[in-house]
Amino acid sequence: MEKLNLIEQTQVKDIPEFRAGDTVNVHYRVREGDKERIQQYEGVVINMRGSGANKTFTVRKISSNVGVERIFPLYSPSIAQLDVKKRGKVRRAKLFYLRELRGKAARIKEVSRK
Amino acid sequence: MSGLLGKKIGMTSIFDQAGNHLPVTVIEVGPCTITQIKRQDTDGYDAVQLSFEDKKEKATTNALKGHFSKAGSTPKRYVREFRDYIPEGLELGDHLELSDVFKEGDRVNVAGTSKGKGFQGVVKRHGFRGVGGRTHGQHNRERAPGSIGQSSDPSKVFKGMRMGGRMGNVRVTTKQLQIVKVIPESNLILLKGSVPGPKGRLVEIHNA
Repeated sequence: MEKLNLIEQTQVKDIPEFRAGDTVNVHYRVREGDKERIQQYEGVVINMRGSGANKTFTVRKISSNVGVERIFPLYSPSIAQLDVKKRGKVRRAKLFYLRELRGKAARIKEVSRK
Repeated sequence: MSGLLGKKIGMTSIFDQAGNHLPVTVIEVGPCTITQIKRQDTDGYDAVQLSFEDKKEKATTNALKGHFSKAGSTPKRYVREFRDYIPEGLELGDHLELSDVFKEGDRVNVAGTSKGKGFQGVVKRHGFRGVGGRTHGQHNRERAPGSIGQSSDPSKVFKGMRMGGRMGNVRVTTKQLQIVKVIPESNLILLKGSVPGPKGRLVEIHNA
């Protein structure tokens, strides 16, 4: 088991701490042909799952009236930068109930947390 | 065919330089001791016998103790033969290290004993689809094999008919796995994809 951790630790990087309910901006490297550019994706974190090198998080946003969700591996080298924009006050770890809510009801209260 | 013995540690995932997310199996490989070298003229075929992982002396039979002491080795738990392969310039009792045999980017075949599944029905064991649906008056047929033979001709069940029974716990070889990484300091190797057997079980790694 320790030997498995040894491998996983090589993958883990320093990443700003955040949790479900927070609003994050992910700068994601996108490769088109042989060109590479950075795409920004901002939304609410609704899910974090897995541990070690396999940890992922789901970011939800509303783009032109359509709900969009993207799953990122937390330690992916394709994430160039990750900013935490807002700290949200939520009472559960998985915010899948947001999928049923629209507009004003889908807001999350901001909280000052360190 | 050169190879080594190892022990499955488990699975995880890593990112490669291109940013691809790869599923990998971690295997602790070697060092293996050469305990016998078989040659065409004395044994009828060429092979090298490798042994892996120490075990207690008192848990070893006298016959095996003699075999290991002949090679100047401590008693080992696992002994396996690799055919048609004689390591150059190595003697009885020498060790084969991970870095001697494998390097990154190579392809290997991994053989081991798969997880035992116990007594399983035909749906899991042979991929049958069961009989019919849930409705139209049927009951208790969902995972049944259906007919296993005809009545007057041949009026018997042919040998080898696929039916329920013990599944797993047999030797399985996974072929052409790519070596993602070799870590000689801790005797670990990372292979892309999965490998037969549970964590902690012996696996043979052959150069493909």
